Amino acid sequence: MSDILPVGEAIEAIVGWIDANFGWLLDGITTVMNILVSGFQDGMAAVPPLILIVIFAVLAFLLTKKNIKIALLTLFGLLFIYLLELWSETLLTLALVITSAAVTLAIGIPLGILASRSSAVDMSLRPILDLMQTMPSFVYLIPAVIFFGLGNVPGMIATIIFAMPPAIRLTNLGIRQVPVELIEVTEAFGATGWQKLVKVQLPVAMPTIMAGVNQCIMLALSMTVIAAMIGARGLGLNVLMGIQRVDIGGGFEAGLCIVIIAIILDRITQNVISTPHDQ
Amino acid sequence: MDETQENNKTMDIKVSVKNLTKIFGNKPEDALALIEQGKKKDQIFEETHQNVALRNVSFDVYKGELFVLMGLSGCGKSTLLRCINRLIEPSSGTIEIDGENIVSMDEDELRELRRTKIGMIFQSFALLPHRTILENVGFGLEIQGTPVAEREKKAQEAIDLVGLSGYEESYPSGLSGGMQQRVGLARALASDADILLMDEAFSALDPLIRRDMQDELIELQARLNKTIIFVSHDLDEALKLGDRIALMKDGAIAQIGTAEDLLQNPRCEYVEKFVEDVNLSRVLVAKDVMKRPEPLISSDSGPRNALRLMEEWGISSIFVTGKDRVFRGLITVEGAIEAKKQGLHLKDVMITDSLTVEMDTSAHDLMPIMAETPYPVAVLDSERKIKGIIVRGSILAGLARLEVDA
Repeated sequence: MSDILPVGEAIEAIVGWIDANFGWLLDGITTVMNILVSGFQDGMAAVPPLILIVIFAVLAFLLTKKNIKIALLTLFGLLFIYLLELWSETLLTLALVITSAAVTLAIGIPLGILASRSSAVDMSLRPILDLMQTMPSFVYLIPAVIFFGLGNVPGMIATIIFAMPPAIRLTNLGIRQVPVELIEVTEAFGATGWQKLVKVQLPVAMPTIMAGVNQCIMLALSMTVIAAMIGARGLGLNVLMGIQRVDIGGGFEAGLCIVIIAIILDRITQNVISTPHDQ
Repeated sequence: MDETQENNKTMDIKVSVKNLTKIFGNKPEDALALIEQGKKKDQIFEETHQNVALRNVSFDVYKGELFVLMGLSGCGKSTLLRCINRLIEPSSGTIEIDGENIVSMDEDELRELRRTKIGMIFQSFALLPHRTILENVGFGLEIQGTPVAEREKKAQEAIDLVGLSGYEESYPSGLSGGMQQRVGLARALASDADILLMDEAFSALDPLIRRDMQDELIELQARLNKTIIFVSHDLDEALKLGDRIALMKDGAIAQIGTAEDLLQNPRCEYVEKFVEDVNLSRVLVAKDVMKRPEPLISSDSGPRNALRLMEEWGISSIFVTGKDRVFRGLITVEGAIEAKKQGLHLKDVMITDSLTVEMDTSAHDLMPIMAETPYPVAVLDSERKIKGIIVRGSILAGLARLEVDA
């Protein structure tokens, strides 16, 4: 660390202070996140794999306005994973990714809405988001470990920070891009601020917001291997072990499963909102 | 005309604008002071960097009147229109609707006013892309919290009124521009507002559709008797639609009057110059006087079909087109009979050198062309597609229409 500018020391001091004074809060977060993930994972694990695969395929079919291709992709992709005998790891990875993404969106979308309504919020968020996006994701691992110990939760926290910027940015952008005449119409008909948001801004911005959701999930998936370095389990751990033991086959199989999940989640999120057309 | 004006005076004032000024900028007070001193827009901008959009505008609109705000772009007409429902906040002055000053209204009162009294129609249609036509038309009622059943009933009535029955479940993207603007009109009518603000409502439409919509607006207005404030940059449109016209320049009103007032007694040089170009035959161009291009016949078709169409439409010649309505020539009744007798194809008897004109050929230039040929003239666009047909009567009818309206 530099002796001239004590930036590193300052960060250490802040991290130490937070750890010392907000330990109870950090523990609370850890408990809640652990309950969320294990509840999700246990719930899925309670269903026999083949039945769960069919349920996922049907869900994909319904979510994408009856897109049979994506349903089949889900069905055969998951069957492939099942036959690779990586089913329980996949379920945990899915639970980690979806929980992280859900928390990210629950924070990111409201922040994006706030940023779209107030330029001051937008301006103050911008440098923070720039920092979050350009900082190498490994750097998040260090404070995550100090605050949350080793395990799934620090991995998810690092994932949430890493996946947050596109959710905020694209929500903000989507709402700001709503054509000005649509806003004028809404006001001219006497809408309240809330009506304007839920009846016009969010629906018109939805394709852009969904692009943010898609990005957020993809980034969360890309963090699975990195999060494994601080004790997160699931497919990421298998890849990491493959690297450490030079187990090419095992690492490749786990990597392939991550790709399959990525493709399935990507196709589903891209097709949830299709632009309306004349019948 | 004088008579209607007299009548107007005895009618109720619906909207009354007094000394309305709008300054764009962060220090409107500075500019307001300079306006008091009578300084010009450019001077004020130089001294204060405040932009004077409207200066001391006053006018009344009577109940049931179609009032046109007209002027070139940047003259402040759209700003003025938006002040009337306070989409833009006036800097000073008053606007009274039914005797109530709306400039001093608080947010709740203003919202109530917008919901119940004023409907607005936009140049770009401004329909919500994720909603069906029925849902778009019911939007204003939904905002008011009208129950679904009643909302859909009223929306349906408005849709029927503008002639869009059958499109309730379509989405805006599937409709032509003219139909989209009908949806915009229906949306404004559905909430039963007495005042309609129309901002260049027909300017984005094709010339023929625009004329249809203007005619339809006149017809609807005769039935519904709304108070309409219509912004336009098109003098023809203003003359055709307006009971009275306010001609604006640099944020002020140069003259208010009926079309005839403006044409006969222009009060200042600006108005005079503006209407001077209404040497009617020069103002009218081919696209203004042309008829719909029907009937047309494909060059692959036969003489029997041509004869049948001519009989059906009561005409003695018909234009022949290739793919995509590209102009090929003209078949006369004689030519078609000849072809039928000798078993020839249409293209063997078609007159390929019949006269054609472009969309913006002026009526002034059209007249000698019409005098020269015994046949109708085809109006072509840059790709030589038929956009309309002009017969001898068209120009005279067009001129007469303008003169009658004026």
